[in-house]
Amino acid sequence: MLYRETGQFKTSYAADMAIFPIRQDRIALGALLIFAFVGVPALDAFQVWPFGGEYLIRAILIPFLILSLAAVGLNTLTGYCGQLSLGSGAFMAIGAYSAYKFGTGVRIPLEIFTIDIPPLPVFWCILLGGLMAAFVGILFGVPSLRIKGLYLAVATLAAQFFFDWLFIRVKWFTNYTSSGSVVAPDLTFFGLYVNKPIERYMLCLIFVTVFALMAKNLVRGNIGRQWMAIRDMDIAAELMGIRPLYAKLTAFAISSFMIGVAGALWAFIYLGAWEPLAFNIDRSFQILFMVIIGGLGSILGSFLGAAFILVLPILLDQVPHALGIAVSVETVSLLVFMVTGALICWLLIVEPHGFARLWSTGKEKLRFWPYPY
Amino acid sequence: MVAFGQFLEVFISGLLAGVLYSLVALGFVLIFKASGVFNFAQGSMVLLAGLALVRSLDWLVAKGFPVWAAIIAGLLFAAVIMAITAFLVERYVLGPLVNQDGLILFMSTIGVTFMIEGAAQMLFGSDVYPLALFPNDAWFLFDKAFDGGILVSKIDVWGGVIAAVLVAGLALFFQRTKTGRALRAVADDHAAAQSVGIPLDWIWFVVWLVAGLVALVAATVWGTKLGVQFSITFLALKALPVLIIGGFTSVPGAIVGGLIVGAGEKLAEAYLGPFIGGGIEYWFAYVLALVVLLARPQGLFGERIIERI
Repeated sequence: MLYRETGQFKTSYAADMAIFPIRQDRIALGALLIFAFVGVPALDAFQVWPFGGEYLIRAILIPFLILSLAAVGLNTLTGYCGQLSLGSGAFMAIGAYSAYKFGTGVRIPLEIFTIDIPPLPVFWCILLGGLMAAFVGILFGVPSLRIKGLYLAVATLAAQFFFDWLFIRVKWFTNYTSSGSVVAPDLTFFGLYVNKPIERYMLCLIFVTVFALMAKNLVRGNIGRQWMAIRDMDIAAELMGIRPLYAKLTAFAISSFMIGVAGALWAFIYLGAWEPLAFNIDRSFQILFMVIIGGLGSILGSFLGAAFILVLPILLDQVPHALGIAVSVETVSLLVFMVTGALICWLLIVEPHGFARLWSTGKEKLRFWPYPY
Repeated sequence: MVAFGQFLEVFISGLLAGVLYSLVALGFVLIFKASGVFNFAQGSMVLLAGLALVRSLDWLVAKGFPVWAAIIAGLLFAAVIMAITAFLVERYVLGPLVNQDGLILFMSTIGVTFMIEGAAQMLFGSDVYPLALFPNDAWFLFDKAFDGGILVSKIDVWGGVIAAVLVAGLALFFQRTKTGRALRAVADDHAAAQSVGIPLDWIWFVVWLVAGLVALVAATVWGTKLGVQFSITFLALKALPVLIIGGFTSVPGAIVGGLIVGAGEKLAEAYLGPFIGGGIEYWFAYVLALVVLLARPQGLFGERIIERI
């Protein structure tokens, strides 16, 4: 009864093709956005629990938003286009280091002349970071035309290891700092200096909202349908006239773009100063887990998965503390490891299609509530 | 002749190191062949087996047992641990996931990896434990022919011998025993194997057990080389390019892939490394694997991928 689209007639083609065709969805999304854009800053301004201090925003909300963006990016590739990738960490690193280079000025001395780009504003740096990641994504997407499934996954590891190495060994990327760690430039956006956690949060929120809506819009359109056809059966899709080259490479480009932007945000806004280890293979697995646990082929699922994977270790960390059991830090971290692994296995067993499937089952139930049929 | 001697030395040490990668890759292949599961947990199984072995060894030796008895008892203990792991994994993780997509199974083995890594270090401690089952020094061969001879480390040779014995043993097991034949049947077609009365859950337990024992063998060699420690789990990542070069489904492929990766890596490091900054061992195997895949998408020895609508 609560969630029923009865009576919502579509009188135009545009209404039929809307991103959120059901009114309840629109209302829920609107409420969520209002809360995120207005409610959170207001709660923060008045220091209402649990927003007291900066912990919640700085250590949970900001990484949640950024990793959600990365998960949305990977989901367009793996969930919608069916191309398994273990190189997300590398694409995040490319986004981060390109943004850093553009932010501090690029200087490439060549034989005849010198390419000299002055430091760019941070906003453009982040977008350019995404573009560089998209470019590399296309390059590493080319093998997908020949390789499939797990073989492709291992092949994308080549990107991961190559860029790990590149950013450690080639000092040009880190502007020859001795320790190899770099510091992000000041965050000035169109004259506004962004420093306080709540401001950083708003900035991430704007990026994430725009890109998530863009992704949602893309996957319902022409290109999204091509991706899904390729995912469901690439040979059949090809016979129907879908060009695998175009569909797969656009998926790689768009996915890498979003992951690259997420990487730049992660480096600039969340970390501030970072070293290549921040984007190693564990990050790739983390994002892949978010996508799988959240649900392949669902934008909403990316957010749910990101929340789960990010918050779970933090919560588990608190459990022994809350129960008043004294255990060493090392034991706790090992326990967190084990419980995370066990929970992931358990979730995969009870719902292999992730939180997104649970959500749609729930919606189905709500549609008929309180009657069972 | 110095250059050629150096080349030979790098080449041979590369080949031998490659054999050690093959030891890890073998475990992957066994499980993938029999159940279609891409088992990411193989590296953590090496860690678990190594820790169980080295800790029980230390304990027994400290109790005053003779070394040979301690080694036998330690190996048995580690084997039992691997059997328990195999049972638990089959029963509680893969059993309920039968018929799921390959990707889901792969992710579940990453979950298993976390569990094994956590449990192994909690039970047996998380320091670096030296293991000295094999001599760890080196021979100098052909020092007549080449200046300074060719340095070959004994542990690598031991690894090669063990790998050869292991592959021969596995081949016998697969070809000559009843269980081995059942394993091959399951690998060919789950449903058909089940319909002629082969118990799937038992077979999968056996496969995981064999993979666990292969992990134990790998742990004895790698443990002697590096000491038993957490970083041994990264071997799983080293074994992946070996796998895709050889093909997921081929035991000889794992060996040949290992040789190619080992030799290629060492040669590249020695001859290419100085030009582009060193440390290229880290990714060279993957790029090599990528190139091989572009030419042969199923790996060198993999079964031909036939696709139908």
